[in-house]
Amino acid sequence: MTSDTAKVPAEEIFELITDQWTGPYWDAARRHVLTVPKCASCGKFRMPPTPFCPHCLSQEIEWPELSGGGTIYSYTVVTRAIIPQMETTLPYVPALVELPDAPGVRLVTNIVDVPVSEIKVGQAVKVRWHDRRDGVTVPCFTF
Amino acid sequence: MSIARKTALVGVGSTPYYKRGKSLPQTMNELVCKAILAAVDDAGLLVGDIDGFAYYSGGFDTPYLMETLGIPELRFSATVTATGGGSAGAVQMAAMAVASGVAKTVVVVGGNQQAALRFGAFTSGYAPSAEGAFFAASGLVGPGHMFALLARRHMHVYGTKREHFAEIAMAMRAHAIGNPNAVMQKPLTLDDYFAAPLIADPLCLYDFCLETDGAIAVVVTSAARARDLKQVPVVIHAAMQGGERGWGRSLYWMNMPEEHFLTSGHRFVARELYRMAGLTPADIDTAQLYDHFTPMVIAQLEDYGFCRPGEGGEYVASGAIRYEGGSLPVNTDGGQLSCGYIWGMTHIREAMEQIRGTAFRQVQNVNFALATGGPSNLPLSAVILGK
Ligand SMILES: [Zn+2]
Repeated sequence: MTSDTAKVPAEEIFELITDQWTGPYWDAARRHVLTVPKCASCGKFRMPPTPFCPHCLSQEIEWPELSGGGTIYSYTVVTRAIIPQMETTLPYVPALVELPDAPGVRLVTNIVDVPVSEIKVGQAVKVRWHDRRDGVTVPCFTF
Repeated sequence: MSIARKTALVGVGSTPYYKRGKSLPQTMNELVCKAILAAVDDAGLLVGDIDGFAYYSGGFDTPYLMETLGIPELRFSATVTATGGGSAGAVQMAAMAVASGVAKTVVVVGGNQQAALRFGAFTSGYAPSAEGAFFAASGLVGPGHMFALLARRHMHVYGTKREHFAEIAMAMRAHAIGNPNAVMQKPLTLDDYFAAPLIADPLCLYDFCLETDGAIAVVVTSAARARDLKQVPVVIHAAMQGGERGWGRSLYWMNMPEEHFLTSGHRFVARELYRMAGLTPADIDTAQLYDHFTPMVIAQLEDYGFCRPGEGGEYVASGAIRYEGGSLPVNTDGGQLSCGYIWGMTHIREAMEQIRGTAFRQVQNVNFALATGGPSNLPLSAVILGK
């Protein structure tokens, strides 16, 4: 099983909802641009996007274009379906990825298109865009 | 004013622990009512004496309970926010209501019936939200997937091993065997553990708690009144709900700074709890630690100061948490891993039994028992019970 290739999890398990604070992240993803919110006042990053900077309480946000490179902080390998929608895309690998050009934040994402057995904490990864049938684009990562 | 030692748990009632779905055709409210009736009977009180309710994880329908059980007057009804982190927090709310004089006899009740949605797929039942989008897309369908991410990091940083998780599963099973309340009765060996399928690597089947149905209720009243009631009073020496921003939404955002990511989120609750009780970890004789996933038992042992951060794996490997020969027997009923899963109320129940001296696996000379609510998003909660 672990020699299998990590897949993108089934699209059916996720339906995108956005608001004015989270929308820019997903709009950028549609253009294949990785970005996370950066406080325009104190320069600190935060994820997920929220209405206030927890460090200085500013509401001013910048959305810098990131390199798309990252590092695996942790991951899990899902090999069993606990709801039927999961069955067609096993195994898949939910992972936390840290971004060197946005210190202090992690993305909850997936490692895809690599042998599961080669995935390690600390592994360098780069973004791989997954364009869904519903027009939403989700950032995944690969080696 | 402190609520320390002002109130006591005077009654406990429980339905059987049913394997998932086996409680049907009883309704959830019916199970809750059966637990409440058993708890007031255990206390030597009448159901009409109840004048308050405290819940967590969404709670239950207070006026429904009043109408069907014939409870004439209500002075308090409240629910701790968030999920299974609040079980002990509901006891804290009940204690606050009683200590302040707002109410006199407050019931805390928890229960679950998983016919509609398995808790193992709990997060898949959440309505889509803007914030939830940041974890939902990745296929973190159940809490096991989320806790696997925490477990992997703990292993990477501290060298915690699957053998350590296995020891927790095996210790809980050893505690469950023979306990007439426990669902699991078959011995669990290391070979069984490693032969089990990985459900969310590094977590296998035996790292996950049971999925059971049932309800447990406890009755809180003043420590003074408790002395005149039927049972040995179980005094609430400390009760706490809360946490730190660094843990925050934890599993749902996964952006905790590493110093928090490697914990169960309980460090702050532990510190405040010991301070309120005027106790230290060395004073705790048995710990009932919320065990939805084995790695969170290790993290709680660290957070509550029974060992140092990162040493939880070695601590359990030493046999410390075993009833037989352990220095800190943990989850003496078999826990949620092997006895029954009632969203943390099982831990309150077992801590009460240990203080009363009536537990199936009774620890000798128990003065203080710790019971915790589930590591999850804030608030987290815990109580220290004693004579
Ligand atoms: Zn700022």
